[in-house]
Amino acid sequence: MSAEAIKPRGPVEPPSRALPRNEAANPLIRANIWVAVLAFGVAAAMAMMQAISRANLELPYRSASMYYMSVTAHGILMALVFTTFFIMALGYAVVQKENGEIPWPRLSWAMFWLALAGVVMALGTVFAFKSSVLYTFYPPLQAHPLFYIGLTLLVVGSWGWAASMIAGWRKARAAHPGKPVSLAMHATAANAMLWLLATVGVAAEMLLLLIPWSLGLVKTVDPMLARTLFWYFGHPLVYFWVLPAYAIWYTVLPREAGGKLFSEPLGRMVFTLFLVLSTPVGLHHQFQDPGIPAGWKLFHTFNTMIISFPSLVTAFTIVASLEIAGRLRGGTGLFGWIRTLPWGNPLVSSVLLACLLFMVGGFGGAVNAAYALNSVVHNTAWIAAHFHLTVGSAAALTFMGACYWLVPKVSGRELELKLLAKVQPYLWFLGMALFSFTGHIAGLLGLPRRVFATGYGDAAQADAWQTLTSVSALGGVVLFASAGLFVLVMLGTLLAGERRAQPPIIWADSLGEPGGGYRSGLWDRLGLWFAVAVVLVAIAYVIPLWDLLHLTRYGSPGFKPF
Amino acid sequence: MNVDLYERIWMWAVGVVLALFFTSTAVAAFGHQMHPPSHIETIDPAKALGDPRFKKQGVSVDASGRVHAQVLGLMFTWLPAEMTIPADTPVTFKLTSIDVIHGYQIVRTNGQTMVVPGYVSQFTTQFEAGEYLIACNEYCGVGHHLMAAKLHVVPQSQWQAPAREVADVR
Repeated sequence: MSAEAIKPRGPVEPPSRALPRNEAANPLIRANIWVAVLAFGVAAAMAMMQAISRANLELPYRSASMYYMSVTAHGILMALVFTTFFIMALGYAVVQKENGEIPWPRLSWAMFWLALAGVVMALGTVFAFKSSVLYTFYPPLQAHPLFYIGLTLLVVGSWGWAASMIAGWRKARAAHPGKPVSLAMHATAANAMLWLLATVGVAAEMLLLLIPWSLGLVKTVDPMLARTLFWYFGHPLVYFWVLPAYAIWYTVLPREAGGKLFSEPLGRMVFTLFLVLSTPVGLHHQFQDPGIPAGWKLFHTFNTMIISFPSLVTAFTIVASLEIAGRLRGGTGLFGWIRTLPWGNPLVSSVLLACLLFMVGGFGGAVNAAYALNSVVHNTAWIAAHFHLTVGSAAALTFMGACYWLVPKVSGRELELKLLAKVQPYLWFLGMALFSFTGHIAGLLGLPRRVFATGYGDAAQADAWQTLTSVSALGGVVLFASAGLFVLVMLGTLLAGERRAQPPIIWADSLGEPGGGYRSGLWDRLGLWFAVAVVLVAIAYVIPLWDLLHLTRYGSPGFKPF
Repeated sequence: MNVDLYERIWMWAVGVVLALFFTSTAVAAFGHQMHPPSHIETIDPAKALGDPRFKKQGVSVDASGRVHAQVLGLMFTWLPAEMTIPADTPVTFKLTSIDVIHGYQIVRTNGQTMVVPGYVSQFTTQFEAGEYLIACNEYCGVGHHLMAAKLHVVPQSQWQAPAREVADVR
């Protein structure tokens, strides 16, 4: 029992409506969740636009420029805004739980407003049809300068968040020397460090190349250099999404399901390995690119394979933890424990369904990363279908489930519309199954990703895609319905939920001792592992970038064909 | 750190699977020389149309009898928009873009590469006889979905080498 708990409450409790000290960050957490939820809603509407366009229906507002604008808005809002703001909210909640406060609350608020201003700026240009460059914004397609500046401000704002996470982690370590911080805190700090390392690439791309070029300060930009910097950032970006989801799986799911975490010390190893391995893998997004030698692509391929190790360890731990829960709830037999899991708890069902979809997504990912096999699926509908199972399910569905769990705790309000919250994860699963499985097949049959129309002048090979894209669009409609339910539940809870004291955040207990009989705490030394990560990144990137910079390169002026 | 026996077994099994992945990839790469297109050559995109490497687009045969295809990508078409090549014959495709990034994808084959302005892409592959759609698989603007070409692959006996002179290949 901590000293805090046995200390008597002081008699001079202020009678004002000020929040208790250990809840002071709740308004900031809620503000981040508001942005995430609204971004998610608009992004879902943009997805609906695409689904309808792809279904070949004759609708009055259907146009190619509308389609490509909506792909851009959907990608930016989902991949960069919904995820980042939810992750920031969760991080502040973790630090507040750990230390009873967050470091530098004013700075965190300033960074929130900065990031939000950046988002509004960038999206304003997208909705004005001035920046239909997709969320990958490859030059020489040229967006409005405020698009690049706005996204840069979002990243700068997230740096403030990352600094706060690391400061919170240091404070927790200093407060209890020789004792491990909570696994949730460890995961959050590892993710913040990963994010700082990853965003170096996109910051360099924005500040050195794209912003000066879009402002006309320089005439041309080298598309290959920009692509390489983008994917330096673009792959660890997916781990930035996945790690908070894993943190929920490790530290919230077991308790919500009624069990215990099977292997806490290996969880620490997993999050540390992601910090080390996430970044030196970006070239596996550039297999089909000229200008980069095959040898370096192969090196990144091997790194990519290694990074599946922590994910596969996670698969074991999560299933084992669920089995404990199922058996504690009376499940017997080889598979009986699956039936007794609380499938009606929206957090649990969200995570279980997210895991199921992620298994399929993981297998697909092994195909994408398989060097030679990539030539068959690169830039086809397979890819879009793949990452809707990873970021769109493993991460996004977990985040939605986590909102059902977290929002009552940080708002002091009951979850409203509980029935809708129960149904929503299943609808998401159904919609994603329809959308994604057909997308994988259509991709194998050669359908390019991100195309407004799939007819290709009645080409014979295109016939095979038509039924699949219709089913896929139907999946899109189901997903939209699910997204709508999520937004309704969130609005209902945040605006009209019954005010009632909520149980505090309590992390899942682990079977063994936290830290595994904590002695050396090797995996806890994130500063050391960050240094290792920097060295690996240098090995993986310095030579290919150096070689690229020493080619006789010809830059490109900007094009705005949208 | 105490790790449960079953978990140890699982981790070793994962290690074995990863070793298989490593081996199969290494065998494909080093044994069968299967690499993704990774050609390194640059070109001025503003002058690519007049560049000797791309002045003539289409199919050609070099002095040693190898078949080549020179292709330019531009918003929103491939040049040439139609080509005929012999079946079961290695064909070396050489491509560049004069504007934005495109993606050359010969549908339902492994023939594809990114086509980046300022760079020359190259890959060699062969096809079974048939009609193939060539799509653009990298978003290039509002007409992206219209950017396509046709590839006719005919049996070697029916294929006639282009009458014009040998391609100016570096």
